[in-house]
Amino acid sequence: MLFLPELTLLGAGLVFFALSLGNHPCDTIRNVAITLFAIVLATTLATVNMTGGLFYDAFRVDLFSQTFKVLIVLATLIVVVFTDTMPGVSAKYKAEYYIFLSMSVLGLMMLVSSVELLAIFVALELSSFAVYIMVPMRSTEHGSKAQMEAGIKYLLFGVAATGFMLFGMSYLFGLTGSTRLDVIITQLSTMYTQPVVVIAVALVLSGFFYKLALFPFHFWVPDIYQGASNETTAFIAAVPKIAAVAMLTRFVILAGDTGQVMVNLLMVCAVASMFYGNLSALVQKDLKRMLGFSGIAHAGFVLVGLLTFKITGYTAALYYITGYVFMNLACFLVICSVSKDGTNLAIEDLSGLYKRAPLLALTLTIGLFSLAGIPPFVGFTGKFMLLVNALKEDYLLLVVLAAINTAIAIYYYLSVVRLAFCTDTEDRGQVQTSFLTNAASVLLIICIIVMGILPSQFLNLAQSSISVIM
Amino acid sequence: MDQLLINQGPPLLSILIFLPIAGAFFMLLVNNEDFARYWTLAVTSLTAVLSLPVLFGFDRSTAVFQFVEKHTWIESLNINYIVGVDGISVLLLLMTTFIMPFCVLASWTYIKSRVQAFMICLLIMEAAMVGVFVALDFVLFYILWEAMLIPMYMLIGIWGGPRKIYASVKFFLYTLAGSVLLLVAIIWLYFENNSSFFIPDMMWNGYSSMAQMLIFLAFFLAFAIKVPMFPFHTWLPAAHVEAPTAGSVILASILLKMGTYGFLRFALPMAPEATVTLMPFVLWLSIAGIIYGGFTALAQSDMKKLIAYSSVGHMGFVTLGIFVLNQSGIEGAILQMVNHGITTGALFLCVGMIYERTHSRELKSATGVGQYMPVFVTFLGFFSLSSFAFPGTNSFVGEFMILAGAFEHSIPLALAAIPGAVLAAAYMLRMLQKVVWGGTDNPDQSWLKDLNVREIVTLSPFLFFVFWIGLSPQPFINLMRVSVTNLMNDFNAYSNGAMAVAEAIIR
Repeated sequence: MLFLPELTLLGAGLVFFALSLGNHPCDTIRNVAITLFAIVLATTLATVNMTGGLFYDAFRVDLFSQTFKVLIVLATLIVVVFTDTMPGVSAKYKAEYYIFLSMSVLGLMMLVSSVELLAIFVALELSSFAVYIMVPMRSTEHGSKAQMEAGIKYLLFGVAATGFMLFGMSYLFGLTGSTRLDVIITQLSTMYTQPVVVIAVALVLSGFFYKLALFPFHFWVPDIYQGASNETTAFIAAVPKIAAVAMLTRFVILAGDTGQVMVNLLMVCAVASMFYGNLSALVQKDLKRMLGFSGIAHAGFVLVGLLTFKITGYTAALYYITGYVFMNLACFLVICSVSKDGTNLAIEDLSGLYKRAPLLALTLTIGLFSLAGIPPFVGFTGKFMLLVNALKEDYLLLVVLAAINTAIAIYYYLSVVRLAFCTDTEDRGQVQTSFLTNAASVLLIICIIVMGILPSQFLNLAQSSISVIM
Repeated sequence: MDQLLINQGPPLLSILIFLPIAGAFFMLLVNNEDFARYWTLAVTSLTAVLSLPVLFGFDRSTAVFQFVEKHTWIESLNINYIVGVDGISVLLLLMTTFIMPFCVLASWTYIKSRVQAFMICLLIMEAAMVGVFVALDFVLFYILWEAMLIPMYMLIGIWGGPRKIYASVKFFLYTLAGSVLLLVAIIWLYFENNSSFFIPDMMWNGYSSMAQMLIFLAFFLAFAIKVPMFPFHTWLPAAHVEAPTAGSVILASILLKMGTYGFLRFALPMAPEATVTLMPFVLWLSIAGIIYGGFTALAQSDMKKLIAYSSVGHMGFVTLGIFVLNQSGIEGAILQMVNHGITTGALFLCVGMIYERTHSRELKSATGVGQYMPVFVTFLGFFSLSSFAFPGTNSFVGEFMILAGAFEHSIPLALAAIPGAVLAAAYMLRMLQKVVWGGTDNPDQSWLKDLNVREIVTLSPFLFFVFWIGLSPQPFINLMRVSVTNLMNDFNAYSNGAMAVAEAIIR
C-alpha cells in the first residue's frame, strides 16, 4: 500500500506505452491521461496519513513525502487538464509524451520519499532524463529547431549540476561512512566545525538549485522555457520545483548547524537570484522567457525561508512554493489556451485578451498580481510569511532587498496585465476554451485567493509535515 | 485590552466591509447592465445607511476604540481580524460610506462599457477603503491598503481617458513602491511588540530614537506618496485627469485621506520623538505643497488638472495641521480631511457633468456654460467658495483651525501658509468666472441641458454638508475631540520633552 501511488503511476506509464503502439486519436489519449492522473491523485490522497519504510528503508513514506506527492500529482493533473490537445507536441509523439511525463512524475514522487543518497540520485535522474526527452518532442511544424538546442542545453547543464551533486554526496559519504540521511545527520552533528561539511552540503544543494532554477544554476532557464513547447514548459516551471524545495529542505536541515558561512552562502544566492531574475525579466518580450526569469526571482524568495534554518521558515517556503505553483500554472494555463497552434506567445499577443476570453484574462490577472505579491492573493501572504521569518532571524538587509525586489517585479507583471485588460487593440478573434480548461481556471483562481486569505489550515499542515523530518 | 469597547450588538463594522464584497459576488451571477447599476446603488446605499448606527452609537466621551470585533485569523503569526473606530476614524468611515452611492450615480450614464466590471471594482474598492479606516491589526490594514490598488488600477486603466495606461501604471508603481518599506517596518514592529500586530499595542511603546527614525521614514514614504505631499505628488494629476469621474472622486475624497490618516494613526503614536525631530522638515514641505499647488493650479487650462493641483495645496494644509502637533491643528486637519473629501469630490462630480455634455475638460470649452446651466453653476459656485475657504462654508472652519494651530506653533509658519489661501481664491474664482460668465468667443452652446434630477440628487447632499459643517461644526468636532485630546496628551508624554526643545528652537 505504501508504494501504491508510484505503482499506479507506473501502471499509467504502461497504459501510455500500450497506447503509443497503436494509432489513437489525440482526444482519446488525453482523456485517458486525465483519468489516469486523477486516479493517481486519488491513490496519493488515500496514502497521505500512512507512514512506513520500503526497500531497506531507503524509501520513507510519511506526512512530509505524501504532502509533496499530493502537490506534485495535483499540479501535474492541472497541467494535463489545461494543455488540452497539446498542439505544441509533435502529433506522432502524443502517447510517448505522456509516457515520459508519467516517468518524470514518478521520479519526482520517489525523490521526495528517498532518504538515501543513491536513491535520491536515481530518482532525480529518472525525473530529469524524462524531461530531457520531452523537450525535443516539440512539434516542428513551425520550422523552428530551437527545441533541439534547448533539449541539449538542458541535458548538458543538468548533467553538470548532477555531477556537482554526486561530488558532494561522495564527500558526505566519506565524512560519515553512510549514504543514509538519518545516519548522516547524527554523524555530522559532531563535525559541523569542519569547513568540508559546508562544501559537501553546498555541492549537494547545487543539484537541487538547478531544479529550482536558482542563481548560479539558472543558466538553462530562459532558453529551455522558450525552446520547449508550452505544455512542457508549464510542467518544468511548476512540478519539479515542488520536489526541489522538498529536497532542499531535507538537505538544508542537514546543514542546520554549520553556522554563518552556510547562511551567507544561501543569502548571496537568494539576493542574486532575486535581482538577476527580476532585472532580466524587465526587458523580455517573450512571455515564457519572462516567466522563466521571474521564476528565478521567486526561487530566490523561497530560499529566504530556507536559510532561516527554522521550522517556521521551512513552512513558509513550502507555503510559498505551493502558492507559486498555482499562480504560475494560472499564467501557463493562459499561455497554452491562447496559443492555439502551440507557438510561443510574445507579451504583445495578449493585448485585448479581456475581449477575447474574459475568464482567461481574469485568471492571468489574478495569477500575475499574485506573483507580484499584491494582497489578498497567495503571493502576498507567502512573501509576508517569508519576510516575517527572515526578520525574526534579524536578516534586516535581506528583507529590505527582498522588499525592493517586490517593487521592481511589479513593473513587468503590471505591463502584462495592462496589455490584457486595459488595451483596446484590434480584435484577434475569440479564444475558445474547453469546459475542463475553464474548470481549471476557476480552481486555480479559488486556490490563489483562498490560500491567500485563509492560510492557517495550510500552514498547519505544512508545519506538521515538515516537523516529521526535523 | 482595556482600551477597547468590545462590540456587543450586531457586527456593524464587519457588515460594512463584507456587504459590498457580497454584493460584488452576487453581481457576477446576473448579466445585465441596468441591474448592475441599480444593484450597486442599492448595496452602497444600504452600506451608507448601516453606517449610521456607528455614528449614533458612537460614545463621544471616550478615546478608546469602539465597536471592536476580534476574530483569530492566522494563528501561527498572531494575526487577527480586529476592527474598531475611534474619534479619528469615525468621520472618515462615514464619509467613505456616504460618498460611494454618489460615485455610482455619477457613473450612471458616464460608464457605457463593461458596466458590471466597473461596479464590481467600485464595490471592492468600498470594502477595502472602509477596512483601512477601521483595521486595528496592522497586517489587515496593510492588506487592504495594498488590495485597494487593484480596483483603482482597473478603474483608471480601463475606463480612463486617453492617457489612462500611463496614469494607471504610474499610480500603481508609485503607491506600491512607497509602501514596500512600510511592510518591512510593520514586521519589525511585530517583533518589537512581543509578536503582536495589534495596533493599539504598537502605539506609545517608547522605541529607541534610532528605531523611531527608521519607522518614521518608512511610514513617511508610504503615507506622503498617498497624501500626496510635495514632491511626491507627481502621480496625482495624471491619475486624476485620466480617471473616470467616480475614480477621481474616490481618489480625491477618500484615497488621499489614507495618507494623512496613516500619519495620525501610526506615525505620531509609534514614532513621537522622530515626529518631533522631523517636524520642521514636514511642515516646510507642507508649505511648499500649499504654495506650489496653488501656483500650478492657477496655470491649468484643464479643469480636472486644476482641481487635482488644488488638492495638492489643500492636502498641504492638512499635513500642516497634523504636524504643528497641537489640538487645534490636528482637529482642523481631521475636519479638513472630511471637508476636502466633500468639496473636492463635489467639484470632480461637477467637472464630470460638464465633460459628459461637452466631452472636454478644457476651461475654454466650458466658457460661458453658466447662461445655459443656471442650476449647475449655482452648485459649482458654492463648491468653489467652499474650496477656497469662504467663511460660512466647511473649509473655512477647517483652514481656520489649522491656521490657528499654526499660529500657536510659530507665526512665520502661519504667515507662510496664508498666500496659499489667497492663491486658492485666485484659481477658483478664475475658473468660476470663465464658466459662469465666460466670453462671447465660444461656439453656440444653447443645446446644453441643465442638470437632471439624478445629477441634482447627486450634488445636493454635498452642498448640504458644505453648509452644515460650515455653519455648525461643533457636532463634528465633538466626535473627535476626546480622541485628539488623548492623542495629544500621550504624544506630549512620550515625546520626552523633545517637543519643548523643538519649540524653543523654532521660536
